[in-house]
Amino acid sequence: MSAQSCWDAPRQFVRAQLRGRGLVEDRRTTVSGTKLDPKRLDRDETDPRRQVGDPGNETSPGANANPRSASEDESGRLGLVPRANPSRRTAAKRPPKSQLPKRRAQTPRPKSRRSQFAYAATIVLFLAPSAIPLLLFTFVPMVRAAWTSLHQWNMLSPMRWVGLDNYVKAIHDPATQHAFFNTLYYIVGYLPLVFVGGLGLALALNAAIPLRSWLRGVYFLPVVTSWIVVALVWRWLLNPSVGIVNYLLGLIGIDGPGWWTDPSWAMPSIILASVWKDLGFVMIILLAGLQTIPTDLYEAARLDGAGWWSRLIHVTLPMLSPTSFFVVVISLINGFQVFDQVYAMTGGGPAGASQVVVEKVYDLTFRYGQAGLASAISWLLFIVILGVTVIQMIGQRKWVNND
Amino acid sequence: MKTNHTKLASAVVVVLAGLSLAACSTGGDPQTGGNSGGDSTEPVTITYTNFISSGANEANLDTIVKAFEDENPGIKVEVTTMPYADYFTALQTDIVAGTVADVFDIEYANYGAYQASGVLAAIDGVDTSVYQSSLAEAYATDGTQYALPSSFSNVVLFYNKDLFDAAGVAYPSDDWTWADEKAAAEALTNQEAGVWGDYQPISYNEYYKAVAQAGGEFLSADGKTAAFNSDPGLAAAAWLTEKSGTVMPTAEMGAGTADFDTNLFADGKLAMWHTGIWMFGSLAEADFAWDIAVEPGDTQKASAMFSNAIAISATSKHQEAAAKWAAYMTSSDTMVDVRLAAGWELPPIADQSKLDAYLTAGAPANRQAVFDSLKAVALAPSIGDNQTQMQDDVTNALTEIAAGRQTIAEAIPATATAVDALLG
Repeated sequence: MSAQSCWDAPRQFVRAQLRGRGLVEDRRTTVSGTKLDPKRLDRDETDPRRQVGDPGNETSPGANANPRSASEDESGRLGLVPRANPSRRTAAKRPPKSQLPKRRAQTPRPKSRRSQFAYAATIVLFLAPSAIPLLLFTFVPMVRAAWTSLHQWNMLSPMRWVGLDNYVKAIHDPATQHAFFNTLYYIVGYLPLVFVGGLGLALALNAAIPLRSWLRGVYFLPVVTSWIVVALVWRWLLNPSVGIVNYLLGLIGIDGPGWWTDPSWAMPSIILASVWKDLGFVMIILLAGLQTIPTDLYEAARLDGAGWWSRLIHVTLPMLSPTSFFVVVISLINGFQVFDQVYAMTGGGPAGASQVVVEKVYDLTFRYGQAGLASAISWLLFIVILGVTVIQMIGQRKWVNND
Repeated sequence: MKTNHTKLASAVVVVLAGLSLAACSTGGDPQTGGNSGGDSTEPVTITYTNFISSGANEANLDTIVKAFEDENPGIKVEVTTMPYADYFTALQTDIVAGTVADVFDIEYANYGAYQASGVLAAIDGVDTSVYQSSLAEAYATDGTQYALPSSFSNVVLFYNKDLFDAAGVAYPSDDWTWADEKAAAEALTNQEAGVWGDYQPISYNEYYKAVAQAGGEFLSADGKTAAFNSDPGLAAAAWLTEKSGTVMPTAEMGAGTADFDTNLFADGKLAMWHTGIWMFGSLAEADFAWDIAVEPGDTQKASAMFSNAIAISATSKHQEAAAKWAAYMTSSDTMVDVRLAAGWELPPIADQSKLDAYLTAGAPANRQAVFDSLKAVALAPSIGDNQTQMQDDVTNALTEIAAGRQTIAEAIPATATAVDALLG
């Protein structure tokens, strides 16, 4: 083990604390982790149709018709598509709730105390690889950040107890309010663009066009690229004097803006780069969702005389709503935690015009020696994200079509 | 069988844990864990984290380390080098995490904050008379030495002689003022040819010095209030910001980004450049004639001087060995020779006769300007915990003025108020 890796551990620790991820892991670590979908978790627990040979499946009409298997295999060959949600294929034909058995028939029931223990040990063993890091690098830092937020601390001297002063200061500090405003600005700009763009790509690449698999890979490539690299490339593309973007704009007679050197263009620059990078992620999730929509619905719609647009509005979008909901929740949480691209592209400048909450936390902690205030802001951000997510979870029942 | 497996697994876990702990301990070799250092029978490994060699002088630092290890067979020095831009963030993280090196670099601007926090060990038994007294005193608090000065450097006016010759402008001289510099810069700028007359960073580090050059002060004498909301302070802001777009590239053209000015000067596209003597090394291969001069002043001369120092961690287990290395790295003849030969800033030693070799060590020819600049120095304000925030506030204000988004009359008073709050 080198000295370097020993140094990395505490940095990762602090970084994890800084990110303060409360509910959902960073998508970069869970690209295939569509199981995070709270709906799906729910269903895994309760939906008996997931069980092989479950009688519920037999009763649903047309369950053995598997119109999408060909395209699923194709996306599987690409190796990038999460094989999400096979149960959704039959979602449209869910039998009435009353017919469903109340409990899983196949749940293993440990008989003796000894086998009960073995059963528990097995669960612990399989949970440990994800539970231990989650505990050490998320929950422990969160609790410690809460403790730190009640102190004044420059990370060198001993902590000094200040109670809730940091929270009062954070809420009344114009710079912090500005950082929250900028984060909101980022989300408002980023979310619609990345969703509509990703949906457009998913629709296009769900159709039978040449080089489809290859194009899916191409659009997914930025997702697996490091943010630092992407940010430096975009910084260069958007360079006000020698950048390609302004050169191309110049060719069609437009005098390009100052991009990241201009306070009114700094955030649009970051949004542009972020949308470009995340399009592939949204596309791949929506593509998986699209492939779970049964073709017979489209056939029925076509027989009824529905055109392309009507089919999109009345079949595709409603059937896609669970997947869309998942994408929006994930993108929104990631939007609140935006940091890498801001740090690498503008450093929060010019003059704080693109300073976002997590960047503010970073500056306060590591540059301005105010770890207590930074921890308080982290917790405020956590509360905001938690609130927004709870609202979405409640609204989900209303907005998401499950039939 | 089952119990055997369990035992085996436990043993593996214990061994792995032991290995990782041993590898992570700063002492390196567990055998010397309790050793107080300096004992020649048992080797001691001390760690040294630095930024002073980053960029161009890593090999020079290696030379000094090797010479030290030859003279002290019982001590090994393990060096980690980080770029200045990341250094203090990493250092702070390491201090919090308890993984800080035995010996590490600091600079004068943050000495106060570190000393007050108790992370620096008191250094006893080092003869401080070998250092220039003002430099040694800068790193002593209440009569106790908490760090040893390792080098000092200053900022001078670099100029491209070929461009001056081509434009028929006289070279900068010691009696130049801002007005002379401005006139020359205007004559030398030729935007169509991509040649700029002048480059001075629009930042805090230039500003406090420019205020002094205009005859003012950045902070009040008692250090409790900002004093730059004054005529000299406003003049200094104008001096720094009015160059942008006229005789100097704007931020949109790239000014302020890493290495932009270095590349511009090295490409022969910049006539005058305000920068530090640590840049001598990077111009060794310039294919044009260049020299340096003392920075022009307005009502008086005032040059920026930066000094670095080496401190010992209060938690180091090898205080004695660490002190030996710190003293060697800051005052040995080997260090003096290596630094002078490489033009690697200036050694902080008291014996001026040893510095004579510096004057004739090669380009630039007018190395005397480095010492002449020391006659009138604008000392960097050091305000403790809020230092970085103050520097950021001032730099942001100047950037906004230079970009034309704020006026001097509104930005400077507002910044003075902000700095007052940071001092209070």
